[in-house]
Amino acid sequence: MKKNLVISVLMTVVTTVLLGIVFPLLMTAASQLLFPDKANGQLIVRDGKVIGSRIIGQPFTGPGYFHSRPSAAGFGYDAANSGGTNLGPTNRKLIDRVNQDAAALYAENRNAPVPVDLITTSASGLDPDITPAAAYFQVPRVAGERHISPEEVGELVRSHIQPRQFGFLGEPRVNVLELNLALDRTTGP
Amino acid sequence: MTANGWFQIVLFLGLILAVTKPLGVYMARVFNGDKTFVDPVFRPLERLIYRLTAVDENHEMRWSEYAVAMLFFSAVSMTVLYAILRLQGHLPLNPQKFAGVSPEHLAFNTAASFTTNTNWQAYSGETTMSYFTQMAGLAYHNFVSAAAGIALAIAFIRGIARRQMETIGNFWVDMVRASLWVLLPFCVVGTLLLVSQGVVQNLRPYDTVKLVEPQQVQKNRADGKPMVDAAGKPVMETVSRQRIAQGPVASQEFIKEWGTNGGGYFNANSAHPFENPTPLSNLIEMFAIFAVSSGLTYTLGRMTGSQRHGWAVWSAMAILFLAGVSTVYWAEARGNPLYAPNVDQHASAVQSGGNMEGKEVRFGIANSALWATITTDASCGAINSWHDSFTPLGGLVPLVNIMLGEIIFGGVGAGMYGMLIFVLLAVFIAGLMVGRTPEYLGKKIEAYDVKMAMLVVLIFPLIILAFSAVSAVKPYGTAGILNPGPHGLSEILYAFTSGAGNNGSAFSGLTVNTPWYDTTLGVAMLAGRFLMIIPMLAIAGNLARKKHVPPSLGTFPVTTPLFTAVLIGVVLIVGALTFFPALSLGPILEHLLMYAGRTF
Repeated sequence: MKKNLVISVLMTVVTTVLLGIVFPLLMTAASQLLFPDKANGQLIVRDGKVIGSRIIGQPFTGPGYFHSRPSAAGFGYDAANSGGTNLGPTNRKLIDRVNQDAAALYAENRNAPVPVDLITTSASGLDPDITPAAAYFQVPRVAGERHISPEEVGELVRSHIQPRQFGFLGEPRVNVLELNLALDRTTGP
Repeated sequence: MTANGWFQIVLFLGLILAVTKPLGVYMARVFNGDKTFVDPVFRPLERLIYRLTAVDENHEMRWSEYAVAMLFFSAVSMTVLYAILRLQGHLPLNPQKFAGVSPEHLAFNTAASFTTNTNWQAYSGETTMSYFTQMAGLAYHNFVSAAAGIALAIAFIRGIARRQMETIGNFWVDMVRASLWVLLPFCVVGTLLLVSQGVVQNLRPYDTVKLVEPQQVQKNRADGKPMVDAAGKPVMETVSRQRIAQGPVASQEFIKEWGTNGGGYFNANSAHPFENPTPLSNLIEMFAIFAVSSGLTYTLGRMTGSQRHGWAVWSAMAILFLAGVSTVYWAEARGNPLYAPNVDQHASAVQSGGNMEGKEVRFGIANSALWATITTDASCGAINSWHDSFTPLGGLVPLVNIMLGEIIFGGVGAGMYGMLIFVLLAVFIAGLMVGRTPEYLGKKIEAYDVKMAMLVVLIFPLIILAFSAVSAVKPYGTAGILNPGPHGLSEILYAFTSGAGNNGSAFSGLTVNTPWYDTTLGVAMLAGRFLMIIPMLAIAGNLARKKHVPPSLGTFPVTTPLFTAVLIGVVLIVGALTFFPALSLGPILEHLLMYAGRTF
């Protein structure tokens, strides 16, 4: 009995040092050496300022930008406070919100059906992507606002579709931040 | 549902099938003390650990000493974790200057949660825990709680394999060998693979970036409620910056899956782009959840000398897995019938469609359904989408998976010994049907073994149903509900099922950081782990003592498809008899009402 208690204490100390301190620090060193950009969050620098992470979504609500999905992370896209709404499928709050947003977008976009990802919140609240359907859906508005042809904007969307990884993993998607930055490069913000 | 979605599901199971034999052989060698290719690195380290901790590696333990060693280790390491949580403010590697975790019931709940391999999270990682706490407190327990689980499964397998012996191994040796041989080398490779995909691994303070387009947000009062002006309109403010949480994520991420722990570094767990950035990282993480448990079925066959029995058990698990994932995929792909007709929920070449509330675009429906099934088949509990926002039937499957005892591959170790309890019951019931004394791999299964097995089977629902019943009628229980109607009962039921099953996933709308839920869920987690382990080890000890009886004509073979079918039958019947009434008042009722157009 007493022997196993003493071992428990010693074992906790020794394994904490090995698995809880040495292992993660070694992994940090190796990651910083091998994949410095990835290990630090793929930050994007524009005009000498850090303007975001390539894989963390940002809120876009102005008519001249492609909009991100609704977000439940903090006040919206708070990347220090990730999360979803957790609203259940029969919760009136969810159904009302989705149907109101859908009606607004439906009217705004000449009665085209609204891609579901554009009016539902993501799991992280930081989803960097929308579906190609949701991107194409927004082309008329963005093109009108920026005074360029819908064909040109549609081409920009097409060139930003990330296909399934290796052709079969995951789903096709469009990174909203990268698409909007490309848009700004084309026409100015 | 799409052809590509089904392909990804089949591909996943194919990968698990492929790894079962090599990993199973490897683990059998590790725990028989045979040579492996990593010995030159880990054997000296192992010896050093035994020297520092005064462990005699040749000492063999009876089942009772094995249990005591495991309980002491859990108690001591849980106390240390509690201390780390409370003293966090005075400890290093805390760039965000987080104070100690308070109140006490949250620290207790978290300590119980990580010690029991549950990783239930009543806190939000990036707003509560320092880098030191994540590494040395939480990620550390991801290792040792998994190692303890593997050790227990190996001890149980030894109990079956040994003949007329009093001992079932040495807990310290099994635990250390599980950590060094089965966990650590894979975690080194897995961590770096994940970083290559974009999972972060750093010690930098949180970044603050300038948003491309500033946003208008509602201003909140100090108490968190929206601030309103004299006219009652919400006061808006402009936010032009985004704070991005960082940290040593990857090193915790891989062991979180490989050890079926599930506690996310961030609140959003594996839905967060920094925990799970790409479809490939998603596949790696899902693969890691099942790999060890699948391998253990082969180890079982190897160590007991009946490889076909190992595969018969594997087949039962695989069939139950496919049944679950098909149901979730079907339910989620159908979408939400309450959404207006102008919402496009159809799958096409440009979108995955379906019920996308609480899901990420890069994973879509197929990979969200697949993950939800895997994480609850195993006792992992990591999530890449919010189960609370699933359709009623889509959310029913994860709940049922946990209720069946997480024996569909299951938690590392825990899934194996959980399934072996059902194997004993299946053999016992088959024996009753033909009127012969049941035998299992040459061991007579007698009254003592079946009584202990029934204890395991009964303790589990007792914890779940008792706590759920109280929570469903008392104000301190119902106050936590986010989603009204039948869904509210599902939230409570899921919480205690997840706690007692040491899963850790949740219908997270339920507000659980209250004295009632933190305490009762903490108790449920401790009871769900340790009260099950003791009768399980008692069976192991009892089996090891028995002598071998050669198979006769009356022996029910445990290597055939018939055995697989009986095993599945026993699992489903026990689960259904126990939980069907509760389920019919929660998800099943909600499903019917949803298709009748009801909202709550």
